[in-house]
Amino acid sequence: MNRSIMFCAALLLIPAAAANAETAADNYRTYCVQCHGLKGDGKGINVADMSTQPRDHTDAKEMSARTDQELFKVIKEGGQSINKSVLMPPWSSILTDEEIQDLVKHLHKLCKC
Amino acid sequence: MAKHNDRKKISYPGLALFLVISAINTATADGTGKVVFEAQCQSCHDLTEKAPETLKQLWERKGPDLSSAGIKYKSAWLNEWLQNPTRIRPAGMFYGNHIKTGKKTDVVDPSGLVNHPRLSSEQASQVVEMLMTLKRNENLVTSGEYRPGSIPMMLGEMMFDKFKGCLACHQIEPGYGGLSGPEMYTAANRLQEDYLISFMRNPQSWEPKSIMPNKNLKETDLQKLVHYLRALSKEKFQ
Repeated sequence: MNRSIMFCAALLLIPAAAANAETAADNYRTYCVQCHGLKGDGKGINVADMSTQPRDHTDAKEMSARTDQELFKVIKEGGQSINKSVLMPPWSSILTDEEIQDLVKHLHKLCKC
Repeated sequence: MAKHNDRKKISYPGLALFLVISAINTATADGTGKVVFEAQCQSCHDLTEKAPETLKQLWERKGPDLSSAGIKYKSAWLNEWLQNPTRIRPAGMFYGNHIKTGKKTDVVDPSGLVNHPRLSSEQASQVVEMLMTLKRNENLVTSGEYRPGSIPMMLGEMMFDKFKGCLACHQIEPGYGGLSGPEMYTAANRLQEDYLISFMRNPQSWEPKSIMPNKNLKETDLQKLVHYLRALSKEKFQ
């Protein structure tokens, strides 16, 4: 009896957890594409008047020069945290650490590196 | 047969127009902003809606949240804009739904952008009167928090662009700046100063999934940015 109650309670919890989880691809589309582009090549709709061009996430050479810790830090705390452009904002107010870690993995897929 | 079909095709828009005009007349005759709103605005602006809590909800939203209109918008601007609406967000409500790859960069795809309906003077007054009573999230705004002041235009622009990076997503004059966010050269005409302070301080307290990040702005910077936006809104752009 207790087991069945726990099972039902567990079932009720599943949709709530699923509703909160956003995929890296969805987060990328929502927050990153505006500057880094639909292809991830740094050619988003916002770039025309930017003094510093966004990173090309498909450039394996450039992307390989960054550690995962740096990528995590720059997404979470913004460009200035690693002495890069202020145009890259901090995303910690929106993305959880877990979502940022997923985005770092997503970047590896984009650069194939 | 072909002519008959053509006539039938023409009759549908005619009928639709008749129904819309009837709905508007009914709404106006009733004399309340709520009725006009239900007839004209509700399909894109749901007043009972909470801020999007998932990305899917964010993507699907057709118009801004108006449940805080009374503490967000300036009524004079709202009244005028509803009679002569222009596009405030160059790439629509959620930019991701209105972009495509271009020759050099991604570009705005205007094909899916919908023009805002135009209200009559009477309808606009009725709707504005109703909207200004809506004050969801009133606890987030401190009345009188903005203290009027000034900032040299060049310093304000440097702050907006070089120091804080806001230009990445916002235009400070037509054709200059980012396209994913709303234009900023009309912001101080549109929005109440105390709301601007509150939203810039913590966009996620208003909308957890907003694409505007929290830049951890200092209180003095919040005031200066509003000084700048107010100065910018007085500029005459061609």
